[in-house]
Amino acid sequence: MGIPVTSQMINILASLMLLIAFAMLSQRRIISLINLFAWQGAVLVASTLIVAGTTGQEHLFYSALITLVLKVILLPWILHRLIRRLNVKWDVETLINIPTTMLAGLLLVIVAFNLALPISEMASTVTRSTLGIAMACVLLSFLMMITRSKAVPQVIGFLSMENGLFFAATSATYGMPMVVELGIALDVLVGTLIFAIFFFQIRQTFDSLDLKHMEKLKE
Amino acid sequence: MQLTISGLLYQTIQSLLLVLVAPLFLGWVNQCRAWFQNRSGPGLFQPYRNLLKLVNKDAVMAHGASGLFRTTPYVLFACMWLAAGIVPVLATDLPYAPAADVIALVGVFALARVFLALAAMDIGTAFGSLGARREMLVAFLAEPALLMVFFTASLISHSTSLTTIVETLAHREFVVYPSMAFAAVAFLLVFLAENARIPVDNPATHLELTMIHEAMILEYSARHLALIEWAVAIKLTAYTAIGIALFMPWGVIEAGHWEGLPTALGAFVAKLLAAGLGLALLETVSAKMRIFRAPEFLGTAFLLGVLGMLIRFLLES
Repeated sequence: MGIPVTSQMINILASLMLLIAFAMLSQRRIISLINLFAWQGAVLVASTLIVAGTTGQEHLFYSALITLVLKVILLPWILHRLIRRLNVKWDVETLINIPTTMLAGLLLVIVAFNLALPISEMASTVTRSTLGIAMACVLLSFLMMITRSKAVPQVIGFLSMENGLFFAATSATYGMPMVVELGIALDVLVGTLIFAIFFFQIRQTFDSLDLKHMEKLKE
Repeated sequence: MQLTISGLLYQTIQSLLLVLVAPLFLGWVNQCRAWFQNRSGPGLFQPYRNLLKLVNKDAVMAHGASGLFRTTPYVLFACMWLAAGIVPVLATDLPYAPAADVIALVGVFALARVFLALAAMDIGTAFGSLGARREMLVAFLAEPALLMVFFTASLISHSTSLTTIVETLAHREFVVYPSMAFAAVAFLLVFLAENARIPVDNPATHLELTMIHEAMILEYSARHLALIEWAVAIKLTAYTAIGIALFMPWGVIEAGHWEGLPTALGAFVAKLLAAGLGLALLETVSAKMRIFRAPEFLGTAFLLGVLGMLIRFLLES
């Protein structure tokens, strides 16, 4: 089995991404959720750097740098500040119990792997086999957004979905063009800031961050 | 696999070794745990003294105990001995190994468990039934996870025979399998649950509300209890040996080699000592969970096992 070392490392990091996605799915505390999100970003940076080093794609180094600054340092810091200001360190409420969510997640992983198989057979990148994991991460983040009732975990799910998309782009085509990546990074940053303002508005209006209250149209 | 003299010899040595060393391993784990908790500890040979004490006592039977209650300790001991004979510890050249592959091995453990649970309910005490029900709750969740771990290893070696798996894993160029890493974590969780170790059950407890395994054997005394305790020690050692065989199989002897015996023995003892130390450390730093959290714990083990298998298909095929 002559799998090269870099490919092995990328595979291990991809498995770690998947593991962190599941850990986020099963996590009950918001603080740990944010820390896991930061870790996911760190794994993403490491795998991007390895891909960049192996293939000599210069712009991947820059995008790894952007990821490091934005998703490992800045966004977790903003989120930590946010939950301190909002005083929402309590346990996350899930709509479905956690073992069921995990089993649903397992089904999603099988779906994603099957979807990715024909695509990765056509691709020629060194990272093609990790495409399935990237898609699974995106789907698992979706699942997290669906199963949580509070606003902050939903936003973290959204951000981690962006991580998954970025990972998918790296594994399928060695990353998107630099302009697109910069645009997405800015979008995510501005999005988080806007969400933060929304959180305060929601709490002011409904006295809670539970999004159930927003489903009622009238008082 | 043809019958060879060296094979027969290794089979005999390793079946006896695991059975005789098992109480010592238990003593080592207890001693390490005592050190980590700043106690002086009972000494390495305390399990042997316990067994000797129990054997010399007169057995007491509850009224209305059936033959099932009486025979269960022997069945339990025989099952564990069989398991200990199948796991490749020193050499992969075991003439006895084709008797059961990994799936049958899981079945052997299940057989022992069913007998123990039935015997616990046989007496009709509340604690026995309670322990049996809890044990079954843990077991039916742990078993699929254990099977998934074995399947992941089988996918790599294309065989469900434990000796073939170990041969493939031990004699290949060094490749890091992410799938085996997942399987290792899953196996650790199953190991803790199946051997009634701390996050799931406390082996030292006599507090009725929390115990699982202890509740089932409350009615046993003297030689029956000695056999059960010995079987439990063998089970712990056999599980550790399975973990070693699957995840750190270096140093196992190939078929037909004699001169590797001291190395293999030394490697196995070193790995066993390290495993005992690790187990004691793990038990010291973690707290026992509520019984209702056990399904989540074992659900995680199952999840990791299945993920390992899926990743094997995706990344390593």
